[in-house]
Amino acid sequence: MKHLPSERHTLSILVDNEAGVLARIVGLFSARGYNIESLTVADVSDDHEVSRITVVTNGPPPVIDQIMAQLDRLVPVHKVVDLTDWGPHVEREMALVKVAGIGDKRVEALRLADIFRARPVDTSTASFVFEVSGSSEKVNQFIALMREVGLVEVARTGVVAIARGAEAV
Amino acid sequence: MGTEMTGADIVVQALTDLGVEVVFGYPGGAVLPIYDALFKQNRIRHILVRHEQAAVHAAEGYARSSGKVGVVLVTSGPGATNAVTGITDALMDSIPLVVLTGQVPTHLIGTDAFQECDTVGITRHCSKHNYLVQETARLGPVLHEAFYIARSGRPGPVVIDIPKDVQIMKARYTKPGVISHKTYKPQVKGDLAAIEAAVDMLAAAERPILYTGGGVINSGPVASQLLRELAKATGAPVTSTLMGLGSVPDDHPQFLGMLGMHGSYEANMAMNKCDLMLCLGARFDDRVTGRLDAFSPTSRKIHVDIDRSSFNKTVRVDLAIQGDVGSVMEDMLKVWRARGHRAADQKAWWEQIKGWRSRNSFGFEQKGEALLPQKAIQRLYEMTKAKKPIISTEVGQHQMWAAQHFGFHEPNKWLTSGGLGTMGYGLPAAIGAQLAYPGALVIDIAGEASIQMNIQELGTATQYRLPVKIFIINNEYMGMVRQWQELNHGGRYSESYSDSLPDFVKLAEAYGWKGITIEGPDDLDAGIQAMIDHPGPVMVDCRVAKLANCFPMIPSGASHTDMILSAADERGEADDDAKALV
Ligand SMILES: Cc1ncc(C[n+]2csc(CCOP(=O)(O)OP(=O)(O)O)c2C)c(N)n1
Ligand SMILES: [Mg+2]
Repeated sequence: MKHLPSERHTLSILVDNEAGVLARIVGLFSARGYNIESLTVADVSDDHEVSRITVVTNGPPPVIDQIMAQLDRLVPVHKVVDLTDWGPHVEREMALVKVAGIGDKRVEALRLADIFRARPVDTSTASFVFEVSGSSEKVNQFIALMREVGLVEVARTGVVAIARGAEAV
Repeated sequence: MGTEMTGADIVVQALTDLGVEVVFGYPGGAVLPIYDALFKQNRIRHILVRHEQAAVHAAEGYARSSGKVGVVLVTSGPGATNAVTGITDALMDSIPLVVLTGQVPTHLIGTDAFQECDTVGITRHCSKHNYLVQETARLGPVLHEAFYIARSGRPGPVVIDIPKDVQIMKARYTKPGVISHKTYKPQVKGDLAAIEAAVDMLAAAERPILYTGGGVINSGPVASQLLRELAKATGAPVTSTLMGLGSVPDDHPQFLGMLGMHGSYEANMAMNKCDLMLCLGARFDDRVTGRLDAFSPTSRKIHVDIDRSSFNKTVRVDLAIQGDVGSVMEDMLKVWRARGHRAADQKAWWEQIKGWRSRNSFGFEQKGEALLPQKAIQRLYEMTKAKKPIISTEVGQHQMWAAQHFGFHEPNKWLTSGGLGTMGYGLPAAIGAQLAYPGALVIDIAGEASIQMNIQELGTATQYRLPVKIFIINNEYMGMVRQWQELNHGGRYSESYSDSLPDFVKLAEAYGWKGITIEGPDDLDAGIQAMIDHPGPVMVDCRVAKLANCFPMIPSGASHTDMILSAADERGEADDDAKALV
């Protein structure tokens, strides 16, 4: 089954907010040879009992099904949703992008940032840190452009995603 | 609102409330408070093993033979790491266990304290679930939840790591009512529409087969009864995995024997040629399927399993039904009867099966003087079957020969390490089963190499006066390894000779056991009889032909239709692809 073409899927996993849960999830991916493109996790409930983990993975459809089933049988997992299969959903990522340069490069960096609606969140006479958010593609593009004007380093959150519409998954 | 007691007392009280009668364990610094609590009571019996791995296998044997949860108690650090093999074994074979491990006090966790190890980290992926209990008040709820998780759904081992200060501190304990878990909710009932579809497929099949596994045993004795009814209603042939043996009696006319790598020719051929496969509580393990792209090419497949992750893992199925296999079979039978189905005409199918059966693939031919291992097991079976023995095994050729030549007629009588294939499983498992059934005849069919992996447990049997029998099929080789070397590696027997074997009779005697040697065919019956007649534990050193191979066999990388039936078909050297397979 591993020879079928790979697909990118975004999974949303609701888990008990308890010690070791993240290790369980990450360990499952590594032990069974599944891919993780990105992973984010944060507490999302008022009572701090539930965290949402967003994993972007890729693999042939049967492998994606296996990943879902394997995640679902972990005891602290409340719910696993494959947002890619679920339907319309929003995926966003945020990056902090540090650029250094003076003169024209600096002006160009600001101009490009403006087009991408990236905000400078730190400034020195020789550098900026931009905050950019959007689809992973947009973030990639922005980073690629910043390479030309003095990219120093990048920190990215990885994808967070949520279904469109009025209902919770 | 409950009484205030120490964590250690809570552990013992909760175990008592959970109906635990036996705990297998080994003490150490980090569990001394629990041992002290055990000392002060007499409701729970503690069985002191000689190595923590054996405690876990003994608990597995206890659980597998009785259907109860097996309980283990070990100390931190080396106690916990020694238990890891057993925990993994239980996970692979879906055996319900609760393993209590001591841990250094909470304030020392993370400091590389004496006998500290990251037990929850180490066991996270070899347990069904695990806990580090950091507050005494959590102990009671966690213990009750752990038992629920271990025994429900797909059973498995649950580890509870308990720091020493948590054992000493006090909290209130109340016995909880019905346990439920906010996220873990195993599905027991199968989807009715799917069950109806399955029944219709089954009724229409011309060449059906029931492929059954350990899930049928795990579901409880009723499931084995239902399986027999389903077989009767549908008229379909039945084959079983290694783990499922006993669910259908060995001499049942519809039973084709075990399938898979060392399964019967008729079982494997029928799996290959069927038009409908109903998989009941089995998981398409690689030892069963052989080469995947040639696995049962013409069949539609229905898979019943309590664990959704078993579906489509390696083999795509046409219909998956999630639920307890016993409950699903019960519903299938109801639907079958309600719809007035009768078994389809399977005459041609059974004719074909008859042809395959006539190859007598488990047959063996006596050549030369030496006692054949198959013969030894066959006689052991014939001479003990009236006593309905419980059989455990080690791992190797003897294990496969036992599966082939020992007939099982009831569930829970066959204890073997299937998924992990753990040498050293059999003796402790036999000890566990003997504790569950003190009056039963319990025999570990062993290899001379495997038995040495937990040989220290002879002492445990002696201490608790357990009349366990060990029947060593002594071929002076790690026979299964030697066989693979013969078949795949040009007969280069690298490190597979069992050199410097102990004198097993003297060894037995040193532990207070009776020792018996069977030198050859002439002593066989007398040796077995003497073993049966002796009221205490007996170790039999049964010397068998050294170079016998276990057939039939699906060589690695081959399909069901490429079985080697006898030594005449051996290949000698495998290509690299086949060599790469386990
Ligand atoms: C703990 C462990 N180590 C290694 C193996 C690999 N292995 C499988 S069978 C076998 C040989 C077993 O020899 P013996 O107990 O004499 O049984 P025989 O095959 O001769 O019947 C070995 C080494 C294993 N299954 N388990
Ligand atoms: Mg041997």
